[in-house]
Amino acid sequence: MNTQLTIGFLPLVDACLPILALEHGFAEDEGISLSLVKDLSWATVLDRLLYGHSDAAHMIAPLAIAATLGRGRPAQPLAAPFVLGLNGNAITLTPTLARRVRGDEKGLGDPVKVGAALREVALERAAAGKPLTFGVVHRYSSHNYMLRYWLASCGIRADKDVDISTVAPPFCAEALELGEVDGICVGEPWNSVAVEKGVGEIVLSTSQIWRRGVEKVLALREPVLEEKRDAVLRLIRALCRAAAHFVDPINWEHNAAILARPEYLDGSPELIRRAIADQILIARGGTMIHYPDFMFQYREAANFPWVSQAEWLYSQMVRWDGLAFDRADADKAARVFRPDIYRAALLGTNEPLPGASSKVEGSIVTPTVVGTQQGNMVLESNAFFDGKVFDPQRIEEYLAQLF
Amino acid sequence: MRIAIVDESAARASIIEEGLSELADCDLVVITERRGMLARMSEIDPDIVLMDLGNPSRDMLEEYFAVSRALARPIAMFVDEADDEAIVASVEAGVSSYVVDGLAAGRIRPILDLAITRFNAFARLQSDLAEARGKLAERELVDKAKRILMQSKGLPEPKAYAELRKTAMDQGKRIVNIAEAVVTAHELMSGT
Repeated sequence: MNTQLTIGFLPLVDACLPILALEHGFAEDEGISLSLVKDLSWATVLDRLLYGHSDAAHMIAPLAIAATLGRGRPAQPLAAPFVLGLNGNAITLTPTLARRVRGDEKGLGDPVKVGAALREVALERAAAGKPLTFGVVHRYSSHNYMLRYWLASCGIRADKDVDISTVAPPFCAEALELGEVDGICVGEPWNSVAVEKGVGEIVLSTSQIWRRGVEKVLALREPVLEEKRDAVLRLIRALCRAAAHFVDPINWEHNAAILARPEYLDGSPELIRRAIADQILIARGGTMIHYPDFMFQYREAANFPWVSQAEWLYSQMVRWDGLAFDRADADKAARVFRPDIYRAALLGTNEPLPGASSKVEGSIVTPTVVGTQQGNMVLESNAFFDGKVFDPQRIEEYLAQLF
Repeated sequence: MRIAIVDESAARASIIEEGLSELADCDLVVITERRGMLARMSEIDPDIVLMDLGNPSRDMLEEYFAVSRALARPIAMFVDEADDEAIVASVEAGVSSYVVDGLAAGRIRPILDLAITRFNAFARLQSDLAEARGKLAERELVDKAKRILMQSKGLPEPKAYAELRKTAMDQGKRIVNIAEAVVTAHELMSGT
């Protein structure tokens, strides 16, 4: 008897793992009948999850924490036992602005240099009473936090020097075109759609801001996770197989064609294939560059829910919501990420399992062998572009240093 | 009390508007355009916003409410945080609502209930329409199969129909399935 599971998603390339787990029969092999529900806003994905239309959801990681802490709506504890991917987002500016801040750079810019040039424009525009405006996909998204982190580190104060508002991914290109925003931070294929239309040019990938930044998670209501624990463990194994399949160059073409279908992303297979292959066309008619680890879906146990990642997100929530640090909330946020479930699902498989469940984020600069519970693991750089490190034991000190 | 109805489907929005118009002292404003929605919202300054659940602008609107909470008046999602049943019903019906905090639950509930009823009515209307369209398509298919039989076998119309019906009965299928087979076979044979 197969277990039925319904997963909600938004049409983005990083919804790939549940889609491929279904399409390639990996879920079926684990005795799971998957059905997928596509929506157009995170609010709807969350509603369906909270009110039982779906068992699990493809979700921006900070939103799972915000829902647990009751930000913006009644608190409901969510659990994220599996990370659906790291990074994969980019910052795209209007062509005029992009050319001004990029300088002579032909490929992606250097975050420090681009930031310094952007600061000049931002201050000019703020002084003229027409501050630069950036669109992010959600208030509680890694896009918002990565963009704000980068801006702040470059001396640009979000909400003071520049405005940041919410724009749904499918409308990002249009917002650039109409001049509603000067820049966007969004996942693929939406940056490339703006580039194709000639209304935007990509200046940075978010992986340049934080080399191993957590992006989407598989989120469930905590009681649903408890109730369907066995099925969730099987689902995690299926998602892991999908991740291995997704990163294998042999499958790129085929997987891009699947994701492009009307029922999934309803988009261009070519743009999707580029994202999968870490290829970025910076500007219309420009050169295609290869930026390794633009999307990061599998290697180095990318899907492992490091508790320290949830804690970093909580630190940014405190920072940008203007809240005081709260130990109880920090603990609740940390508990959203569930490495225990991930381990239970993959123990005894060929997937490596790290020995620790938390790490000092941004501390690795050269490939480092780490202790494991099973298999071998070498972690590559997970640095923040400004060289700061986040020690989850010292969130308050970290925040003090940022403000 | 001012109620904003946000729906990209103008037809559904007007059905909801009509349903709510029986309420006393309510100003209703319908917004169907995504563009300029936030500016409209600040103009209208509604006490309640009813919005279709799948509207792609919900994240934008929630962000706007979150910011306006800091600036002006707090807005809470849905009716009452404890009123799970109403929330489930509204999610089922496909309507989301945003309510200015401090509005008495007694005033909100009837509005939401009406909206839910109207959303459900609209969904029924749509499925009725789809069914009617399906029936029309079926009748056209049967007519086409009849014409094929009349031409290829030189049968008069009642005979052609009787033949379709008899085959359907013999095979335990619906007439429309037989008609479909006839039309498909004819298209294959004639290469069109």
